[in-house]
Amino acid sequence: MELDLWAQLPSVLPEIGLTTLAVVVLFADIYGSPATRRNVVFVSALGMALLALVPLIWQPEPALYEHGALLWGGMVNYDPLSQIFKVMLLLAGAVTCLMAAGDKGVGDKGEFYLIVIVATLGGLMMSSAADLILVFVALETLSIPLYMLASFRRGDQRSAEGGMKYFLYGAFASAIMLFGFSLLYGFAGTTNLAGIADAMSGGLEDGLVAVMTALVMVVVGFGFKISAVPFHFWTPDVYEGAPTPVTAFVSVSSKAASFALLLRFLTAVFPAELAIAGVVIQDFWVNLLVVVSIVSMTLGNVVALRQSNIKRLLAYSSIAQAGYTLIGVAALQGANDSLAVASVSFYMFMYIFTNLLVFGAVILFIAKTDTEEISDMAGLNRRSPWLALFITIGLLSLGGIPPAAGFFGKFFLFQAAVNSNLVGLALIAVTNAIIALYYYLVVIKVMYVDIGPDDDKPIAIPRVYGWSLGITALVVILLGTVAVTPIYDWAVLGAAGL
Amino acid sequence: MESTGFSVLTAIIFIPIIAGVVILFLDRRNRDLVRGVGVTAASAVLALSLAVFFGYDNYVKTDGGLIDQQTAMLESGAELSGARMFADALAFEQRVVWVESLGIAYHVGVDGVSAPMVLLTGMVAVAGVLISWNIEDRLREFMAFFMFLVAGVFGVFIAVDLFMLFFFYELAIFPMYLLIAGWGWVKLREYAAMKLTLYILVGSVFALVGAVAMYFAAGAYFAGTGADVFEAAVAGGLLPADSGPYSWSIVQLTLAAENGAYGIDILGIEGLNFAKFWFPFMFMGFGVLAGVFPFHNWSPDGHVAAPTAVSMIHAGVLMKVGAFAALRSGVQLLPEGADIHLPWMVFLTLINVVYGALIAFRQRDFKYVIGFSSVSHMGLVSMGWATMNLTGMTGAGIQMFSHGAMTALFFGVVGMVYDRSHTRDIPSLGGFMKVMPWVGVAFVIGGLTSMGMPGLSGFIAEFPIFQGMWAASEQITLQLGAFQLSNYYSVLVIISALGIVITAAYVLRVAGQVFFGEFDAERFHDVGNIEMTDRIVLIILGSPLLILGLYPPIMAPMIESGIRPIIALLGGG
Repeated sequence: MELDLWAQLPSVLPEIGLTTLAVVVLFADIYGSPATRRNVVFVSALGMALLALVPLIWQPEPALYEHGALLWGGMVNYDPLSQIFKVMLLLAGAVTCLMAAGDKGVGDKGEFYLIVIVATLGGLMMSSAADLILVFVALETLSIPLYMLASFRRGDQRSAEGGMKYFLYGAFASAIMLFGFSLLYGFAGTTNLAGIADAMSGGLEDGLVAVMTALVMVVVGFGFKISAVPFHFWTPDVYEGAPTPVTAFVSVSSKAASFALLLRFLTAVFPAELAIAGVVIQDFWVNLLVVVSIVSMTLGNVVALRQSNIKRLLAYSSIAQAGYTLIGVAALQGANDSLAVASVSFYMFMYIFTNLLVFGAVILFIAKTDTEEISDMAGLNRRSPWLALFITIGLLSLGGIPPAAGFFGKFFLFQAAVNSNLVGLALIAVTNAIIALYYYLVVIKVMYVDIGPDDDKPIAIPRVYGWSLGITALVVILLGTVAVTPIYDWAVLGAAGL
Repeated sequence: MESTGFSVLTAIIFIPIIAGVVILFLDRRNRDLVRGVGVTAASAVLALSLAVFFGYDNYVKTDGGLIDQQTAMLESGAELSGARMFADALAFEQRVVWVESLGIAYHVGVDGVSAPMVLLTGMVAVAGVLISWNIEDRLREFMAFFMFLVAGVFGVFIAVDLFMLFFFYELAIFPMYLLIAGWGWVKLREYAAMKLTLYILVGSVFALVGAVAMYFAAGAYFAGTGADVFEAAVAGGLLPADSGPYSWSIVQLTLAAENGAYGIDILGIEGLNFAKFWFPFMFMGFGVLAGVFPFHNWSPDGHVAAPTAVSMIHAGVLMKVGAFAALRSGVQLLPEGADIHLPWMVFLTLINVVYGALIAFRQRDFKYVIGFSSVSHMGLVSMGWATMNLTGMTGAGIQMFSHGAMTALFFGVVGMVYDRSHTRDIPSLGGFMKVMPWVGVAFVIGGLTSMGMPGLSGFIAEFPIFQGMWAASEQITLQLGAFQLSNYYSVLVIISALGIVITAAYVLRVAGQVFFGEFDAERFHDVGNIEMTDRIVLIILGSPLLILGLYPPIMAPMIESGIRPIIALLGGG
């Protein structure tokens, strides 16, 4: 293909913009006056929000992604799937910055925003990577900043412990994944994702076990990033220990970017046609993911029932959410995989806003009351009706109750599952959704029904914070009602590039 | 009727939603404004639902209207199309495509079964707002959530899109949870609210999976072997021009059912028919909310724990939502499944009727009596569906309205007595007729309705159900493997008549004790007569029982016209 730089530039424009933004933030923080430094948060948030427009404005031409066309020396995909994930990651970064702004020891340090920007850059690269090398570089560009963020509150033992735990587990998982990559490279002699599949499909009769091993290793790496069972052990501790804005960011960005990459990786490297020694590899990873999905959602939900700390509850809930999303990935086996791809993209899109909403409201609650216990949320409806309402909308969306976005999100996943003849999986998932709803409702009940000792002490919401929460809540409601169609149709388009 | 642009039904859904949002933004101390917005919205909705009801009544009865059309169709002897009849019966339609790629639309309309339900919901909405006039605790939140609940209930009744039906069904559940848990009876509310929510959700999500399966089966049929049926339907105006083979439209799914799209084997098992497999999920999934045995357990606790307004809307309207959705998405969409399963499910409904009445008889708590009487009466509705003939199902349709108004009235009465006497223990109450004559009269009217006294709506509802059971007896045979049972509906109807006798017993017992016994003037010295708002509640809910009882043609032909398409689908004339 002819190298037309201008036509290709939009594919990496958000990344270039983020790098520039990172440099600007770095220098503003080091050399800026105190007034400038206070505004770093707005520069970062606004910068990322504006960059989120880039993938919306420059939509790729079908010629650029159909038939596996790649850009920048075969490194980068430029297709609707990468675009939709870039938009959500950038928005997640922007909202995280706003929510961190008032957090003592986190939001008042300029480097926090720098690290968030760099992590987002890694996420963006993950969503469009088409080459093993770039995949790994992108993964680490996302992961290493997250390790730093988790231990950001240096004086706090829990934060340090969480960061260390995250780092050790993460490094281990990365190593296993890298080992898997090296095996794949060994078979194929190429680092291009599609090229690996081509190379493996011919004359690899005795390599079945090794290919399976490589597949499992890669899945382990992804399982860690999306906190699926049995690679979830870090999740509750990190979620609890890390500063809450960081927890919010970890719970959405790393998960969304990993799902984007997982979709691409599995369809590109182990496509439906790939059979080695008569064994269809796709059947193997579909079954593997079905099992991981069932175990993740069941364990996440059941353990969440017993939690009394709101951050740990959300940690286990996020494990369960990863399990739900894996349904969509497993549904890729169906004849019409656009339903599966679209369900995962839509779910992640709504999940980002939902989780940020819940965490954003919880951050404020923790900052004002200095407690993370669910029982201390008693009477929150009386103390701050809006805060209680925001948490409620977020939890309802996680639980899949309309008009919040989660209803459509779950519906699309179940639909994809039924379409791929995974009716049993769908039935297990809906049972799990009921279990999950129980503990979400308990939190809502505590806020609305229980009477706490501080009922007469109102909680004030700072103006900027209130607006960002309000808009996020509105987005969650809109995504569940009138805005479903544009996002879903865009997500369906995402399947075309795979 | 042809679909038009804006439909009055859209206003009926969105007025409560907008009112709810507005109320949330009001100042919490300005209670009058909160109440004012609430009562204005509810009254507007009631006015519109009256307009819908009488507009539809006119559409049915006018010369060349729906009844004439249906009669002509029956007399012509041509093959009946249930989907066509259902589409013709819809009025006040509005359709806006929602998610085009999946065939999901915002599609509203009423037919003969749902038009009375819309009216009922409007009545109970106003009554609920009025009876909550003096709530002390967080009136603003209460009113807002009540409005959302009303909107969700309306949405289910007027949905012509199966997805939309689920959307509004689930939408109604959360406000209900919060209203019961937050404002209910302190001793029981948390437990009862959670139990009720989980019961109902379990049912509905399983039904949702069934609906998704149905959607794919119908879509595969229309895209494949049934392509000509689909094209003919689009060309004939039965389906809108922009519809695709995959669609959630109830008309289109009905068409698929009629043409045998659900006759396929599933899970690779020979003889495990799609309709046979999924019907229990669809019917029972919604039947949970209608209180079908053995899934009725949430209902008495839920009703007792709920604040009065929520008990009214819950027993009065929400249980009908369940029965209605079971009819729509169960019997109408999977008629083959209904043929197989309803002949045994009728035993469950019999247990509802008799067992519910027996337990009601044993209660000491006034509100539990009414709670269990709802289980018993809703059993009659499901029993009516199980007759699968015009008479019985029409009776069930009337029973939905009659019981809705009656039980809402009962709960209103219980609330008024409890608010003033602070006890619901039947033996310690007595003689309230003297101090609250309005309430006493209302209870007697409700009680007579519930016994099926001629001249009141209960009679014209229950009589056709029993008549339908007799008629069905000769036609329905239960086949379980080699075991065959026939002509048993007539036995069931005799047993279920016992339920009516027991009903009479507990109604008389409660009326005698609470309203006519000794009045303890010392204990209940501060019990006075009721306020104007409460009187309006009693009038709104009580008068339809009399009107419908004295003049059945106001509703019966309409419901009959709504049942005919389903009968055609079930293979009858």
